[in-house]
Order: sequence, then structure tokens, then C-alpha cells
Amino acid sequence: MLNEINYLLFHSVLAVSFVASAVYLVFFFSQREKLRTIGRMILLGSGILQSCYILSRYLIAGYTPITSQHEAVTFFAWSVTWAYLSFRWRYTVKNFGTFVALMVLILLLLAATVSREFSPLAPALQSLWLPVHAGVAVIAYGFLALAFIGGIMYLLQERELKSKRFGFFFSRLPSLDALDQLNSHCLTIGFVFLTLGIITGSVWARQAWGTYWQWDPKETWSLITWFLYAAQIHQRLTAGWRGKRAAVMAIVGFSSVIFTLWGVTYLLGGVHSYAQ
Amino acid sequence: MPSETILLLGVNHKSTPLEIREQLALSSGYEEPLRALKRIEGVREYYLLSTCNRVEIMVTARDEAQVVKELSRFLFGDALSPEQYEKYLYCYRNEEAIHHLFLVAASLDSMIVGEAQILGQLKEAYRWAAAEKCTGPVLNKLLHKAFSVAKRVRSETCIGSSAVSISYAAIELAKKIFGSLENKRVLLIGAGEMAELAAEHLVGNGAREVVVANRTLERALNLAKRFNGRAVGLDELFDQLEQVDIIISSTGAPNIILHKEDVKPLMRNRRNKPLFFIDIAVPRDLDPALNDLNNVYLYDIDDLNNVVELNKAERDKEAVKAKRIVDEEALKFKDWLAGLAITPTISALREKGNQVCRIELERTLPRLTNLSTKERQSVEKMAAAIVSRLLHDPVVFLKSESCKDQSEMKVDLFRSVFGLEKKK
Repeated sequence: MLNEINYLLFHSVLAVSFVASAVYLVFFFSQREKLRTIGRMILLGSGILQSCYILSRYLIAGYTPITSQHEAVTFFAWSVTWAYLSFRWRYTVKNFGTFVALMVLILLLLAATVSREFSPLAPALQSLWLPVHAGVAVIAYGFLALAFIGGIMYLLQERELKSKRFGFFFSRLPSLDALDQLNSHCLTIGFVFLTLGIITGSVWARQAWGTYWQWDPKETWSLITWFLYAAQIHQRLTAGWRGKRAAVMAIVGFSSVIFTLWGVTYLLGGVHSYAQ
Repeated sequence: MPSETILLLGVNHKSTPLEIREQLALSSGYEEPLRALKRIEGVREYYLLSTCNRVEIMVTARDEAQVVKELSRFLFGDALSPEQYEKYLYCYRNEEAIHHLFLVAASLDSMIVGEAQILGQLKEAYRWAAAEKCTGPVLNKLLHKAFSVAKRVRSETCIGSSAVSISYAAIELAKKIFGSLENKRVLLIGAGEMAELAAEHLVGNGAREVVVANRTLERALNLAKRFNGRAVGLDELFDQLEQVDIIISSTGAPNIILHKEDVKPLMRNRRNKPLFFIDIAVPRDLDPALNDLNNVYLYDIDDLNNVVELNKAERDKEAVKAKRIVDEEALKFKDWLAGLAITPTISALREKGNQVCRIELERTLPRLTNLSTKERQSVEKMAAAIVSRLLHDPVVFLKSESCKDQSEMKVDLFRSVFGLEKKK
């Protein structure tokens, strides 16, 4: 019974996210305000459904569903959605939602392509630290993803302004200043959670394996990612790095996040590899 | 509509050169001209719009030909003879007048199509007219409709969204860079007229401070005073560049006065806060290579003109949409007016029916002595029912769409058939 609900939930999440992206895209082209409100409502619906889906997986598996590839990506999409919704609650960045809805849809489609099987939890992972460590890391990824999207929007808009050829994006994208603030805001939150993720991870590693740090590929890459973001935040605070450079750095940092998330599993292996 | 005509007379920037518009009698305020209008015979409701690009009078009047003559004389005063002003003046009646008013309100008849100022001016003109009690049911309704048409055009088309003058283009670009202009500092290099105009717009959009740097300090001081700003010498330019956000350069210097190499080291001290250079001087003041610096945006006069041209093309497309809205709303209003024209006829008809009913009842009832109160009431009810049954179809016919265009003829015929008195 729960399995069927679980199956249905994932497909409704996919469908609703698809509709949200479609509505947002139509809005992006037509610029009809009404559509944006509708799109946001649908995206909120998608966020709620995603939460239900994750909850149902939790109920079936009996542990926090974040250990398989499918689960991690779904959690990632969930985090992006809710990071955006929480951000949107305080700030408005013109047409940001369109890009976020697309990113969520892409993540969910990726999650749909991999196996949705439940696999027994490895003994080392059976700990309260699993939801804490993985949860914190995923929230960090959510906000860093927003900074990444903001970075892409910044580069698009900056190119229009510099080249002085105002095409499709000029009127549809927000001001450079708004995008730079978005970058700064999301990066700060994302960085704090990323740091927490690494700390909780190493505390957990101490408990599970007796050592804080064992240079597992994922640990190494998380550290590289952390340094990339730390350098950027440091430069923003001291030398006033902003604008294009900050946007490029947000994109570079996020590529490192993506590599940590997938590349490591496929190319390098290690204890963090997802259950196959 | 049948008995009273809506008339709109006026001159605008298209029909009339500035020299003539300047001579029009109503250059100062609304009060006096409105009172003068009141004295014109045959005018019932009236209102007056006077902006730098147009002067228009709208009235509802009975004796059309006479009123037109009076109004034109009122407009031009003694400045021009009728033969002279004939070619400048336009005069619209009824539907045309409504249509024209809507066009003006929607900013489709403006010099810069789509600019928002005209709606404010229209509202102010209406406020004056309403305060002087010059408007009545028709003009009140018409002007309010004009405001809502303007609003509809604004929300359903993008006609007002693009900048079609150089100053506006500069503002639009600045907003895309800085988000809002609140608390932004503006530096004028050179104290030319164009720079002044652009600065005015920037301040109007919230810019905080204006600094003027000029070769002769005196001119700089004069200009700075206008914006409550500061004046500095040209030698202080680099210090200022660390503080300001938007620079408008318009000196008559033959060579480039600011090079990429000058600005590059400043960016560090500015902590990379964006700089927006606007170079409206010919020959150019600013090194085109400035645009290559990170967080520096340079636009020269040609770039701004390109923005304006692009926007104009875009706006012309939107204007077609806007015209369609205006056409639609003008038609709707015409229908309302037609409805208004038949309302008195319908009530006269009902009145007549009631009268006939009353007279006949008064004649008959005294003769029917042995009726109970209840029976009496039944008879009264029956008489009223016969009348209203009989009048139902004629009223439906009057309200019908069948011959809307000949509404006047229809009403007259109707009145003759039912023996209602001729309308005043």
C-alpha cells in the first residue's frame, strides 16, 4: 500500500514540477504577471509533494532516505525548492523562479532515471548522524545551487549590458545589483551549512571509524569545495570581490559541488558512494 | 447624444507649431479660463486641458455651430484671425471626440508616445474642472472612463515600459546596473545642457547627490546649486571617482580626458562597486576601453541612441495593441451614451402610461360604487398591468441593438408615435 503511494507520489512530483516549469516558461516569454503567481503556487505544491514523497520513503525504509543516488538527488531537488521558497519569502528577484523551477525539474528527471530500489542500510550508516550530516549538507547544496543560478543570470545580464545589444534577456532579467546580492546572500547561508556539514561529518567519522578525517575522496572534494567558497567569501569581504568575478566563482564552486555529489561516486569511489 | 453634442476642440504639437501654441490665451492656470468658458452660451458641461504640447477643450453643447465658433475665438483670443487658425485647429464630434480623448489619455497622441505624464496632467485638469463644477454626468463619466482606458492600456501593453529619449535610456540602464538609484551619487563632468537634463532625471529617480566638475568653477557652482550639490575643480576628478556611481561627461575637450589606466587602480579603492559612465560629448571624453574593465559600464551617445531606436520600434508594435483597446473602449462608451439618450424617452413613456392609467381609473372607479376594497385594488392592478404589458415591447424595441446607429431618428419617431413631447 505504502509502496503504491510512494510510486504515485514520485510521479505526481514529476508532473507538478513539469507543469510549474511550463507555466514559468510561458510567463518568462509572455511576461504576464498572473502566470508568475500561478507558477509559484504550483512550485509550492511541488515542494509539499516532494516533502510527502521523502516522508513516505522514510516510512517504508525506516531510515532517512538519502543513501541511494535517487534519494540524494531527490533530496537535492527538495532542498533547492525550499531554499528558493524561503528566499522568495524575504526577497524578490525578478524572474528567478523560472530558472529555479527548471533546475528542480532537471534534478527530478535525473532522479527518475536511476534505480528507485530500497536497499538495506550499511551498518556504518545506522546512526542518528545520518540525517543530521546529510541533511545539513543537502541544505548547503540547495543554497549553493541558488547562488549558481544567480551567477548564470548575472553573466547573461552582464553580457547584454557590456555588449550593448539588448536582446531577449535584458528586460527579463533583474538588475546586476539584485543578482549580486542574491549571490552574496545564498553563498553566506550555503557556506555556513557546508561548514556544518563537514564538521558533523568529521564528528560522525570519529564515532564510526575512530578518526576525524580519513581523506576519503568525498571528504577531500568537500574540502576543496569548502576552500573554493571560503576563498570567495574572504575576497568579497576584504577586497570587495563582486559582480562578474563573484558570479563566475559561484559557478565554479557549484561545479565542484556537483562533482562531489556525482563525480566522486562514479570516478573515485570511497565510503560515501551511494548504495547501488 | 441626440440633443447634445460632445465637442472637442484643440491644438497639439502635431497640428500647431510652438510659436502659435505660445500665443494661446490660456497659458496661466485653469481657474480663469474655466470661468470664461462658463460665459459661453449653449455650453453645458465643459473641461479644459492645457499642457506644453496641447490645449484642448471638451464640451457638451446644444447649438453646435455657434459654440464651435465661440470656442475657437476663446482659444485663440485676438492672436489670430479665423482664417489663420483654421488650419491649426481640430474639432471632433461625439464618437470622434471620445476616441480622441481616449487616445490622449492613453498617451498615444503624445510627442513621446507612451510617456506617463499626460495622464497626470489630464487628472489635474479634471480636478480643476470638477472643483469649479464645470463637469456634469456625461463628462464625469467620460473622463473617468478615459483614466481607466489609460490604465488598461498601461497594464495590457508594454507601451510605457521602454525608454525613448536619451535621458530615459540612461535611467533605464542605470536601473539595470544598480537596481535602484536611491543613494547613488552622480558626477557631472562639464556643465552642458544635456548633462543637466540627464542629471535632473537621475535626481528625479532618487539619486542622492550631484557633484559638478567643470573647467570654470563658476559654472560648476551655478549648476551644483540647482541640485543642492557640490562643485569641484577638474583636478579633483580622480578623488571624486572613488565616491560617485554614475558619471555623465559632456565637456568640449578635443581629446579623451579619462583613460582606462586612470580608472583601473581606482576600482580597488571603490571595492569594485560598479561605475556607470555616460559619455554624451562629441568628440568623446572617455576612453572606449573603459568598458572592458570589470564592473565598469560605459555608454556613449551612439549607444544610447541605439537603445532609443530599439525601444521605439518595440513601442510602435505596442501602440497598435493600445489603439485597438482605445477603439474598443470608445465603442463601448458610445453605447453607453446611446443608452443615456433613450433613458428620458423611456421614463417619459412610462410616465405617460401611468398618467393614462390614473386618469381612466379616476373616471371609472367613482361609478363602480358597490365594489369592495379588495375588488377595487384588483381593478387598479389590472389597469396598471395592461399599460405595462402594452409598453413592454416598445421599450424592448427602443433598447434593442437593431438600429443603434440611427438612435436619434428612432427616438424622434418613437416620441411622435407615442405623442410624447419633443425633447428640449
